[in-house]
Amino acid sequence: MTDPAPMIDIRNLSVTFNRGRKPVKAVNGVSLSVRPGEVVALLGESGSGKSVTMRSLLRLHPAGTTIEGTMTVAGRDVTGLSKRELGDLRGPIVSMVFQEPRLALDPVYTLGRQIEETIMRHEKVSRAEASARALALFRKVRIPSPERRLKNYPHEMSGGMLQRSMIAMALACNPKVLLADEPTTALDATVQIQILLLIRDLQREYGLSVIFVTHDIGVAAEVADRIAVMYAGRIVEEGTVSEIIHAPKHPYTQGLLGARVELAHGRDRLITIPGAPPDLTNMPSGCAFSPRCPVASEPCHTRVPELVSQGEAGRVACIQYA
Amino acid sequence: MLAYGLKRLLHVIPVAIGVSIVCFMLIHIAPGDPLAAILPSDASAELQAEMRSFYGLDKPLPVQYALWAWRALHGDLGVSIASGRPVLGEILSASINSIILAVAATMIGFTFGAVLGFLAGVFRGTWIDRIASAISMIGVSVPHYWLGMVLVIVFSVRLGWLPAMGGGPGGSDGKAVGWDYLRYLILPAITMSVIPMGIIARTIRSLVADILAQDFTQALAAKGLLTGQIMRHVIRNAAPTAISVMGLQLGYLLGGSILIETVFSWPGTGFLLNGAIFSRDLPVLQGTILVLAMFFVLVNLVVDVLQSAIDPRIQRS
Ligand SMILES: Nc1ncnc2c1ncn2[C@@H]1O[C@H](COP(=O)(O)OP(=O)(O)O)[C@@H](O)[C@H]1O
Ligand SMILES: [Mg+2]
Repeated sequence: MTDPAPMIDIRNLSVTFNRGRKPVKAVNGVSLSVRPGEVVALLGESGSGKSVTMRSLLRLHPAGTTIEGTMTVAGRDVTGLSKRELGDLRGPIVSMVFQEPRLALDPVYTLGRQIEETIMRHEKVSRAEASARALALFRKVRIPSPERRLKNYPHEMSGGMLQRSMIAMALACNPKVLLADEPTTALDATVQIQILLLIRDLQREYGLSVIFVTHDIGVAAEVADRIAVMYAGRIVEEGTVSEIIHAPKHPYTQGLLGARVELAHGRDRLITIPGAPPDLTNMPSGCAFSPRCPVASEPCHTRVPELVSQGEAGRVACIQYA
Repeated sequence: MLAYGLKRLLHVIPVAIGVSIVCFMLIHIAPGDPLAAILPSDASAELQAEMRSFYGLDKPLPVQYALWAWRALHGDLGVSIASGRPVLGEILSASINSIILAVAATMIGFTFGAVLGFLAGVFRGTWIDRIASAISMIGVSVPHYWLGMVLVIVFSVRLGWLPAMGGGPGGSDGKAVGWDYLRYLILPAITMSVIPMGIIARTIRSLVADILAQDFTQALAAKGLLTGQIMRHVIRNAAPTAISVMGLQLGYLLGGSILIETVFSWPGTGFLLNGAIFSRDLPVLQGTILVLAMFFVLVNLVVDVLQSAIDPRIQRS
């Protein structure tokens, strides 16, 4: 936490969407930092604001979205960047792998074209050189018969191969930071594992800083050095993998782990904490988890708990530890 | 692509046969004896019988159809009752004029429609969208004859810039190029372009909005592409549908210009058809409808094949 130069440093990030009738507070004061070469898993149920946090780092939100707080990536203040500077950040410094490769790739361009285009946008290289680099990238992500595959359109490839292509594209300009937004969720179980291993290998090889978004605590434990647990737009607990797995402090984290144990034989990823996450247009005044919390007490419903340090590097936002 | 084209061509054959049967039946469904238009009402029974066998009307219907279709296939659509000239020649020169008009109108309509629709889609919900959508709305709802007359009043009568009617100087059949001929084309082409403009604008607006809402456009931004480069992807994704809509509009225009051609006395197939209806010129009527219907089938085929060439997903799946 006290590292002098984190690769990613998010402080008090809040994101509000103003498009609909009521403003949606999707992220409410997230602070997170990632050191060079570190992998942090951002864990939470669907709708907890993980993707919104990721997109904030690239400022990909629609016009009219309010972003508060500060975000620094590789020494750059992301919130203050001009359009042009943002374009130069996206790709060579930070890149993103999306959840659904089939939807995240342009259906009418070949994969080769899409990778070449990325390289040529950021570097002054010839088409031939970009194409040679694309081939090398396809080899790197272990796509069989890469020459042929580069000429394929997205609809001609399987989900796993597409996700490999996305990863290749994300690495095309040698970024320092990789944002992986549930990169394995849309894939079959066996393919999931292969992609996880691939990302981990590449992360080590390139020394990437990674934020790996997932709703599967098992996946988080597999890939990450640290885990940050997110609930209703806030980080409720953060710590090393072993702290979170062996000694979860926040009742929500405990619930996630309990749910996992209960369903271990079914291999179902459904999370079975009773109740549902709060309505983001109408957040409860206290701890957002309090309506579902088995140990909630009176003050939980009125006071938002701070994220405070616990143990070595862990932090937790719960009144029990305040 | 070639194989796909051939496959589609095979599908076209039964359609073409069906269309020709309908055209053939027109004469037999239309009230009155087809001979009545040709013969004087006091013609002798002998002459009637002679003409009946001359035109093959004494044979059973399927045989008549086969003979008619056989002749049509060889370019013999009979002789115009009104002018005495071969129907095919009349249709050909009228078709050329109609094609010129339809192509000009489609080009104008597509250019303006694409620009309006693209702007409306990109700036959806803003004033740009509202203005563009209002223009395309007016385009599809304004009556042709009204717009045609307004244009004539303004540009021909008041300003005297452009001729009000005809296909060219000296009633030419429009095969020459140059300003002298182009002048005659402008007003009818503009009048004809407003509907395709409106339809194309609306199609492209919703296409562009859909494409921009898809994940991949965000992914393109996430890899640092500039707005112009992203728009190139959007256009490339919208192109197959936009082109097929344009092709269909062109097809509609080729067949549906009776009103405009009559208002401007533009010597195309619509004008020919209109004349044939009023002079009860059955061979011309039948031949024109047949040619127009076949043309429409062909336009659909071409659009389909072109679309599959542009969009890699169509023919393979
Ligand atoms: N562009 C947007 N406009 C309005 N609401 C949004 C937008 N993007 C996300 N949200 C809302 O923000 C919340 C968090 O979404 P998200 O970050 O995608 O969740 P997840 O943790 O599953 O990735 C959801 O309720 C979602 O509906
Ligand atoms: Mg998500």
